[in-house]
Amino acid sequence: MATTRALDAKPAPKPDQPADAARQVPRRRPRAWRWADIGEFAGSAASALLLTWLIFDRLLPFRIQGVAFVVGWYVLTLPVYWLVVRDGHGPVAAKDRLATVLIASGAALALSPIFLVVGYVTVRGLAVVDFGFLTETMELTGPLSEATDGGLLHSLVGTLEQLGIATLIAVPLGVLTAVYLSEIAGPLARPTRLVADAMTALPSIVAGLFIYSLVVIRTGWGFSGFAGSLALTILMLPTVTIAAEQVLRVVPGSLREAALALGSPYWRSVLLVVLPTARAGLATAVILGMARVVGETAPVLLTVGGTNILNTNPFSDYQDNIPLFVFNQIRSSKQTFVDRAWGGALLLLILVLVLFVLARLAGGAGPGGRSRRRKGTAK
Amino acid sequence: MTETTAEVTAVEEFAPVVEPAGGTLRGVGVSAWFGARKVLENVDIDMRAGVVTALIGPSGCGKSTFLRILNRMHELVPIATLAGSVLLDGDDIYGTALPITEIRRRIGMVFQKPNPFPAMTIGDNVLAGLKLTGRKVPNREQLIEESLRRAGLWNEVRNRLGAPAGGLSGGQQQRLCIARSLAVRPDVLLMDEPCSALDPTSTRRIEETILELKDQLTIVIVTHNMQQAQRVSQHCAFFLAAEDEPGRVVEQGDTDFIFGSPKDPRTADYVNGRFG
Ligand SMILES: Nc1ncnc2c1ncn2[C@@H]1O[C@H](COP(=O)(O)OP(=O)(O)OP(=O)(O)O)[C@@H](O)[C@H]1O
Ligand SMILES: [Mg+2]
Repeated sequence: MATTRALDAKPAPKPDQPADAARQVPRRRPRAWRWADIGEFAGSAASALLLTWLIFDRLLPFRIQGVAFVVGWYVLTLPVYWLVVRDGHGPVAAKDRLATVLIASGAALALSPIFLVVGYVTVRGLAVVDFGFLTETMELTGPLSEATDGGLLHSLVGTLEQLGIATLIAVPLGVLTAVYLSEIAGPLARPTRLVADAMTALPSIVAGLFIYSLVVIRTGWGFSGFAGSLALTILMLPTVTIAAEQVLRVVPGSLREAALALGSPYWRSVLLVVLPTARAGLATAVILGMARVVGETAPVLLTVGGTNILNTNPFSDYQDNIPLFVFNQIRSSKQTFVDRAWGGALLLLILVLVLFVLARLAGGAGPGGRSRRRKGTAK
Repeated sequence: MTETTAEVTAVEEFAPVVEPAGGTLRGVGVSAWFGARKVLENVDIDMRAGVVTALIGPSGCGKSTFLRILNRMHELVPIATLAGSVLLDGDDIYGTALPITEIRRRIGMVFQKPNPFPAMTIGDNVLAGLKLTGRKVPNREQLIEESLRRAGLWNEVRNRLGAPAGGLSGGQQQRLCIARSLAVRPDVLLMDEPCSALDPTSTRRIEETILELKDQLTIVIVTHNMQQAQRVSQHCAFFLAAEDEPGRVVEQGDTDFIFGSPKDPRTADYVNGRFG
């Protein structure tokens, strides 16, 4: 029996620190790549390149270039590398390395479209984006203006207002729904979750049509930024709900029990313990929802109207927003308009990036941290 | 042994009082089910004020279940049901006399795994119970200090009350959870293997805390550590569940009696480590 746990047992004396001995020994990192490994791969790739060149340029009766060449190179690299590693390290290591290369190239392939898109938009967009692009509207810009004339201030204002209103509506509703799904789990939880799941696949044009027929036409309100916000809300709500529910689910049940065991009513334990614990994830859920809708064109196309003039009132008259701006500009036959469209696309990308950065910042702050000052704890 | 004298004085102090200052908790004919499976049968235990009661027994015999019945945490499991009653100072906690939140406030609980609220600072964790029960804190600094002192944690955290609670060691977190429970001034404190995740030093600190607290409130502790049961408790109940049968209290009485000269041979086998 564990008699060492006796009340008066002294804590075991600490072993002498082997710090001095450890300092002289070089640290080993068994999993790190060594130069020799990189050399092996580079050598294999180089020999495969030459081999490909040999086949394509000297042996084949016809010339194939471009993509086929690269594919051939890649395909040849694999067996060459496998042979090299097998020779040096044995068949097990060879299989392992080959798998590593395959997986890494798969990941690179999956990532490359992102870099291509972002890179291309950046290059095209930077040509027109300047300070004026953000502070001017298209009100006075005609077909004869320079590409650097005019701007999308009206669209930017529209996007921010519509996104802001949509967020204000969708986030409380979404989080409340998530709380219902994960904390209360009433009889309606299953159908609600089903509907929310299905709604994530709702075609955005349908959301636009719905608001168009109901708000824009039926009520006679006409096109307005607010109608656009409502359409965006429909799209945002399921995303926020599902993401928030997932976040609430990972809050340990022991924390809920601890709160209840202190005599807390259920709603207080949710409000003061569960939601704050999930704060970081909830912020991410909100941003996910915003990022989901900020680039939507179809629903706003049918609801906000579109205009070249700055209208800061989202509740009446036509507004614009950035996706709509891009859509309208790129359809023009004038190159200057097309260039501005790329500028708008770049700005949209930047906006999404800012949203994600904000999400990380909002989520990262811990208790007692800078962003959440408590009222005078221990001071 | 000092515990014996302490117990005697405690009993002398509390027995004549008509309504004891701490909470006297009585389980009367308690049975419990999870779905169709009966896990606890007809348990009667008196947990007197000012006395530490230890619940011992092999794994799976229903100690935690019984403890959770004592502050109505059992019903959080959707399939859980129970029979019998639990009397807190004579009132059935499963009756309508007391609201459930008030019951849980008066009967605090410390869990096996330390579970401080990670989104709160150390100081806020201590006060969490008051916030969660919607009560005003007249002088928070004083209450924080007092609760942390009672839990034996004050000296270690006095300079970082504004730091996140997750940054404490396991033993410190457990004592923080004790402080958090104490801050709402419960009459009874239930502890479910509070030291099972802790090192010997932290264990000793918590045992000291229990001994200091025992005159201020009723303590019920589940433990697998026989020495611990002997060191901290004055009353002891031995639970046992035969295969495919619900758990029952085989024997209970003074800790010295249970560990010294138990009547039931199964108790003797268990407390002497000859079980299996
Ligand atoms: N949530 C639950 N659902 C179904 N059965 C459960 C649940 N919790 C506990 N049980 C069952 O109830 C019985 C008693 O469990 P309990 O947790 O009370 O045992 P214990 O004495 O505390 O054991 P240990 O010493 O291992 O903590 C066990 O057979 C267990 O399988
Ligand atoms: Mg248990």
